[in-house]
Amino acid sequence: MALLDLANPTRFMTLTDRLLPWLWAATALVLGTGLYLAFFVAPADYQQGETVKIMFIHVPAAWLAMFGYGMMAVSALGTLVWRHPLADVAAKATAPIGAAFTLVALVTGSLWGKPMWGTWWEWDARLTSVLILFLMYLGLIALWNAIEDPNKAGRVAAVLILVGSINIPIIKFSVDWWNTLHQPASVFRMGGSTIAPSMLYPLLICAVGATLLFLALSLMAMRNEILRRRIRALRLVAAASPAGAAA
Amino acid sequence: MIEALGPHAGFILAAYGVTIAIVLALVAWVLIDGRSLRRQLADLETRGIRRRSARKAALDRAAAP
Repeated sequence: MALLDLANPTRFMTLTDRLLPWLWAATALVLGTGLYLAFFVAPADYQQGETVKIMFIHVPAAWLAMFGYGMMAVSALGTLVWRHPLADVAAKATAPIGAAFTLVALVTGSLWGKPMWGTWWEWDARLTSVLILFLMYLGLIALWNAIEDPNKAGRVAAVLILVGSINIPIIKFSVDWWNTLHQPASVFRMGGSTIAPSMLYPLLICAVGATLLFLALSLMAMRNEILRRRIRALRLVAAASPAGAAA
Repeated sequence: MIEALGPHAGFILAAYGVTIAIVLALVAWVLIDGRSLRRQLADLETRGIRRRSARKAALDRAAAP
């Protein structure tokens, strides 16, 4: 099936209807395996002790906070450049899920920071830029809800998403560019990961499982958004016809 | 089990608890929103208000021998 075929919302609904049960099953299997390995196989860290268990949810949530915004940026290009019918649907549906994963990253980071750094919060570059990402997600959700016409809202939101995407490299490289309390990159870095394989593999499995969860939720939210737009279109048809207006 | 998590067990359990609560809230929101939307769509269709493609499919079915 060509990618262009997915531009048809009806075809997208049919395809995702078949795909979603498999995606949920894969999510349960992979995430369950990852969390089992994290809790019962991965050792305690020699410095951080058992608090390193927070890493198995904090790091995937932080990656997905950025991944979600990246998906929205690609969708924004789809809206503005190619006018893909599902691009704005994807961006709008991803925003609350990205916001939720960003909130998970912020809260679990704070709960990890208190015992390890001695503080719940520090206004350093990494933490502040992730907080800005969370506020941008909320701002975009508010923007979509403030403009009644979904096409107009989609174009305005797409411009704002692309402007805000400058924050993603800032988050990624903040630990290299500035002196921060947050540790530098330890998984994807030049010279290889600094994490021991006994912790790295459970972390990567948790990350894959969390990504599957993110995708499953995003597809369901996209289906809801398609239904919302169909309902709006039908209500406009009903309001325009004398019989519909009378009903 | 909790003792095995060491002196910071409260922080670890709170982190997992908050994460589970947020994910469950997301799943519930998506499911409840979807159910409400499907009900609204079905309500409109029972009133005879259909999309062009649905109307065409219904006409094709009616015209079929």
